[in-house]
Amino acid sequence: MKKFKFPVRYVPFTATVLVFMAAYIIGICSFKNFGSLRVFIGLFHNNAFLGITAIGAALVILSGGIDLSVGSVIAFTGVLIATLIGNGVNAIWAILLALVLGALFGMVQGILIARYELPPFLVTLGGMFFARGCSYIVNEQACAILNDPVFNFIENKMEIPLGKGLSIEFIEVLYIVLLIAAILFTQKTHAGRCIYAIGENEFAAKLMGIPVVRTKIMIYTLAGICSAIAGVVYTIYLKSGNPLSCVGLEMDAIASVVIGGTLLTGGVGYMIGSLFGVLVLGLIQVLIMFQGHINDCWTSIIVGALVLAFIFMQNLITKISKRRTISNN
Amino acid sequence: MEILKATGIEKQFRGVKALKGVDFSVESGEIHALMGENGAGKSTLVKIITGVYPQSAGVVSFLGKQCSFRSPLDAEHAGISTVYQEVNLLPDLSVAENICIGREPKNALGLIDKRAMRERARKALARLNMDINVAENLSAYSIAVQQLIAIARALDVDCRMLILDEPTSSLDDNEVKQLFTVMKKLREEGIAIIFITHFLDQVYEVSDRITILRDGQLVGTYEAAKLPRIEMVAKMIGKTADDISKMQSRPVRKGNLGDVVLEVRNLSRAGMINPVDLNVHSGEQLGFAGLLGSGRSEIAQLVFGVNARDTGTISVKGKEQSGSFWSPRKAVKAKLALIAEDRKVTGIIPDLTIRENIILALQASQGIWKTISPKHQQELTEKYIKLLRIKTPDGETQIKNLSGGNQQKVLIARWLATSPSLLILDEPTRGIDVGAKAEIESLTQDLCAEGMAVIFISSELEEVVRDCDRVMVLRDHKKVGELTGEEVSLKGIMKMIAG
Repeated sequence: MKKFKFPVRYVPFTATVLVFMAAYIIGICSFKNFGSLRVFIGLFHNNAFLGITAIGAALVILSGGIDLSVGSVIAFTGVLIATLIGNGVNAIWAILLALVLGALFGMVQGILIARYELPPFLVTLGGMFFARGCSYIVNEQACAILNDPVFNFIENKMEIPLGKGLSIEFIEVLYIVLLIAAILFTQKTHAGRCIYAIGENEFAAKLMGIPVVRTKIMIYTLAGICSAIAGVVYTIYLKSGNPLSCVGLEMDAIASVVIGGTLLTGGVGYMIGSLFGVLVLGLIQVLIMFQGHINDCWTSIIVGALVLAFIFMQNLITKISKRRTISNN
Repeated sequence: MEILKATGIEKQFRGVKALKGVDFSVESGEIHALMGENGAGKSTLVKIITGVYPQSAGVVSFLGKQCSFRSPLDAEHAGISTVYQEVNLLPDLSVAENICIGREPKNALGLIDKRAMRERARKALARLNMDINVAENLSAYSIAVQQLIAIARALDVDCRMLILDEPTSSLDDNEVKQLFTVMKKLREEGIAIIFITHFLDQVYEVSDRITILRDGQLVGTYEAAKLPRIEMVAKMIGKTADDISKMQSRPVRKGNLGDVVLEVRNLSRAGMINPVDLNVHSGEQLGFAGLLGSGRSEIAQLVFGVNARDTGTISVKGKEQSGSFWSPRKAVKAKLALIAEDRKVTGIIPDLTIRENIILALQASQGIWKTISPKHQQELTEKYIKLLRIKTPDGETQIKNLSGGNQQKVLIARWLATSPSLLILDEPTRGIDVGAKAEIESLTQDLCAEGMAVIFISSELEEVVRDCDRVMVLRDHKKVGELTGEEVSLKGIMKMIAG
């Protein structure tokens, strides 16, 4: 009989799921109504934009890179759409334009990183300032979207009613669809596997004939698109655009991905992990909200502690799996 | 049938000619060894063939057609696959993915068909008589198996010519045998194999023909069976066979030992070495022999204070050194020098110049306030470049641009500059070419003659036998014996290691 060994590579992801379940059970035991469907759906509704951002961030981190520009791109997208609609442009055109700009923005970052071999941290840091500045140029103030037919349609018609005043809305469906697409993409397509290969060892990937430059440009383009979509979702969620919004959101996205069990050095991790990373982050917020009298800043403290704990665990796991390899030889 | 023909290949790197008109041809169904010292142009030639670099002049034709590949991928499509020295695969992906990535089988939806992929990987491995779990991560397997997996990947495309660049450097004897069986099988299938290696035995074991390069020029292509070993070595280092036999039959030096420089009693550290006694006299070369991991380097590290010892005393020139505060810094003050193994990690500082690398230890031993004048630095550098025959345009060249043998010489110079009374060399000849090896060996003998004590640690027993006056033999973290003078022989050491 072969002794069953739980594969080490599943440990971080499993740990995330366990943390999520533990937090959820604590919530159910402590607070009335915590286990209700409304809270659960709310978790997705309130974090859909973060989840979509995290998909892009996960792609980038799996390839061994980093994207700091996402928060600014979301703000830019939101302000652009809101301002264009305020000036009488059809919402559909505004959204399409925002998506195209997001893709272009990501692609330019990708070209700088892949073609000219500049460090992703600095390129996207530049991108972060650039996009933030652009949002102020578009509109210096927050502007609300009032009575737009397209937005009204999305809000009122595109939902799956569950009765009792509950419904699943467009943005959470969009998130789940994108997530499934991203899982299939990373696990089942050639381009997706190339991301892992590059993240693990770029030089080896090159020698194996993987189109490294092309794949990296694609990754950052997709990340740009994800940020833009997250921006659209954010705009739908708040029905307004604000050049000041989502400052530091890139760090939330990175934290979600890391808590979701993806190695920050690339090559190891699962897209589904980002979902649980986002849910854990959301759940902590909900817990603190339910508690009522704990200051909101505890969210950051707990998230910080979790990130550290997960990095520590991953480090340990990397060492253990190395030791296993050696003892196998 | 001639499968590859390269004529008049030249390559210049920033004005330096790495290849000067080399002709090279390979036939299908042969194993063709490409030999030469480091820097002879083997890798450059291979990289031109596989499209990593374009050539400056000359023509490569493959399967009768003139070709100029723009990338290794291009060459792979044409039927030339390469397996590199270090396994360049992806440890956290499965074996199947490592074999198939970049050309995965797809299902009707355009998604990767994992089952078909595993099947194909199994088939590719079966061709090499291997049956392993292809769904397992690559990192679960030993380096040798990974190397074979890399070959399986290379053969997964329609491969007509396989280039193996130093495939055996990290394999043990059994694994090498396994690899050779595979190579012979592929030869029978009509695949041409270019085989690059440093190990002379291995060349004769599998090769049909041997091409020797020296200083970017073709020395010649020979039938392996008709080229005596000694002549091959001679051709590689540009000497005659006579020179070599002289080099190997060095008469054993006798007597003339000075005072005891280092005396070690009862030295031990748990997990590294069991209690050991040893001493070295000035003018003596003491060898450590034993298998990898038998405790050779560990002793050197304890003596030099890299690791703290559990028990034992270390006396330098009769003066006992206190145990708990013993450190490399104090060892340097006491005129010891250690050139550790793996120079890339523990020795050279790649981006500094030769001069800066040389003065490092001297500066450190003097403390940072006492500067060494630029003039003195330059004199030192020039002196050692000349003395050790370091091949470099000047002392201001970055050390990373030198070949392995010359880097090693710079490291030796670094420690000689501190004028040590004991020099410990841990694997100084690993991964450097035959010529540089011979130079380093004769250098240590000169140093001994001048009264320095030398501890010489090497995996190559021939070197130990050739150079050392006395040999300490280790097995499983224990000293098992010592051989002196006439007793020092390959057979004697082997017997002792075997127990």
